[in-house]
Amino acid sequence: MNKINELFKSELQVINIGLESFKESLKNENIRVIQVDWRPPAVTDDRALDALNKLLGR
Amino acid sequence: MIDIDNANKEALNKLLSARPMLVGLDKAINIVPGMKKNMILHAGPPIDWERMCGPIRGAVIGALIYEGLADNEEEAKKLAASGEIEYSPCHHHNMVGPMAGIVSPSMPVYIVKNEEHGNTAYATMNEGLGQVLRMGAYSPKVIEHLKWMEEIMYPAMDKAIKKIGKVDLKNLIAQALHMGDELHNRNKGGTSLLIRILAPAMVITSVPDIAEAVLKFLDSNDHTFLNLSMPAAKASLDPARNVEGSTMVVVMARNGTDFGIQVSGLGDEWFTTPATVPPEALYFPGFTKEDANPDIGDSAIMETSGLGGFAIGASPAIVQFVGGTPQDGLNRTLSMYEITVGENNVYQVPYLNFRGTPTGIDIRKVLEKNVLPFIDTGIAHKEPGIGQVGAGLVDAPVEVFKKAVVKFAEKYS
Repeated sequence: MNKINELFKSELQVINIGLESFKESLKNENIRVIQVDWRPPAVTDDRALDALNKLLGR
Repeated sequence: MIDIDNANKEALNKLLSARPMLVGLDKAINIVPGMKKNMILHAGPPIDWERMCGPIRGAVIGALIYEGLADNEEEAKKLAASGEIEYSPCHHHNMVGPMAGIVSPSMPVYIVKNEEHGNTAYATMNEGLGQVLRMGAYSPKVIEHLKWMEEIMYPAMDKAIKKIGKVDLKNLIAQALHMGDELHNRNKGGTSLLIRILAPAMVITSVPDIAEAVLKFLDSNDHTFLNLSMPAAKASLDPARNVEGSTMVVVMARNGTDFGIQVSGLGDEWFTTPATVPPEALYFPGFTKEDANPDIGDSAIMETSGLGGFAIGASPAIVQFVGGTPQDGLNRTLSMYEITVGENNVYQVPYLNFRGTPTGIDIRKVLEKNVLPFIDTGIAHKEPGIGQVGAGLVDAPVEVFKKAVVKFAEKYS
């Protein structure tokens, strides 16, 4: 818990993944933030996901 | 499991080492492999008359009238549906056709030889803008123009090219990218460079009236070079087919009904899904999205080879045409690096410090990153006989990549 408190006492530097509006809110508070351009894989059905994981060696 | 990364490197190297040269023209029936007197080639994956969209039907009607097999629209429709005409995709004949992509036996075609790998690709000459066969128009004016191209333009072009010997298309494409072309929707630079090469030869090999008429027509048509950038891409991609274990896309093509891809390690199989209307588009005055036919043409061979939408960062004029900024174009190009096997060693984007264009779509990356190949394209009217109504931007549909990945895992597991 102490460590978490220490973190929030130091200057926040944020890497945001996902919704870009989170980045905008932090930016408006003058917090250093960068956005990672990431989105979930395009496959949701099991068959295609299994196939993709196989081809990606996972 | 097979080493997919190595297989993709091999496929990409075959694409990048290609040296496509324009060496002349001939009539389709004389030179295109598998062409028959009763055959009509079309863009995209296989399709029969019943499922053909309006622009392809219009172009088939025009081609049958042009060939003298029908006297009018009614006769042509009857013949087209009779079963006497054999339809086949351009891609099955080492050929590519923009928009409807209709090729009939008498049509002259460019011959593009890949000097590195020894294969050849073909495409018809570009007819110009607006009411043209490739957009589904078939009025007497359209047929008359096609006849002029066959009887006057084709011999003049062939004689000039033979006089020059060969035209290095890779060199012209590389230069055109530095002149603001992305080689799909903008071919102004490439067309200008081609005319510079052809003109001095044509004024020697043709009588002045013909040389003047042909050069004027080439100059009046900003898409003259599209019908050379496309077979150059086709000739470059074909050697990358059938690399065992490669997930690299070797064809993306649309027939206005279906969107299809072929993948290097999966042979000649098409993976298809319904084509969609480009969501971002600019329509000519008097036309709207309601008039638009779904995505159509073999011209997505440009994106497949790392040009067109993939190189749109090199073409601010095209982004502006559809209402974007130069930065939008760069962002589009940058996102395509996420889904490609590598970067081009000759084709560059000047505004990215001459970085090579993103080249060789990997079906795995498309699904993993959820970034779809981006195509900038012309739009035809959905009814036969009308022609082009605009131009726009469209993403390749995700379904074809899902189908291909499933098949790939089945084949290689």
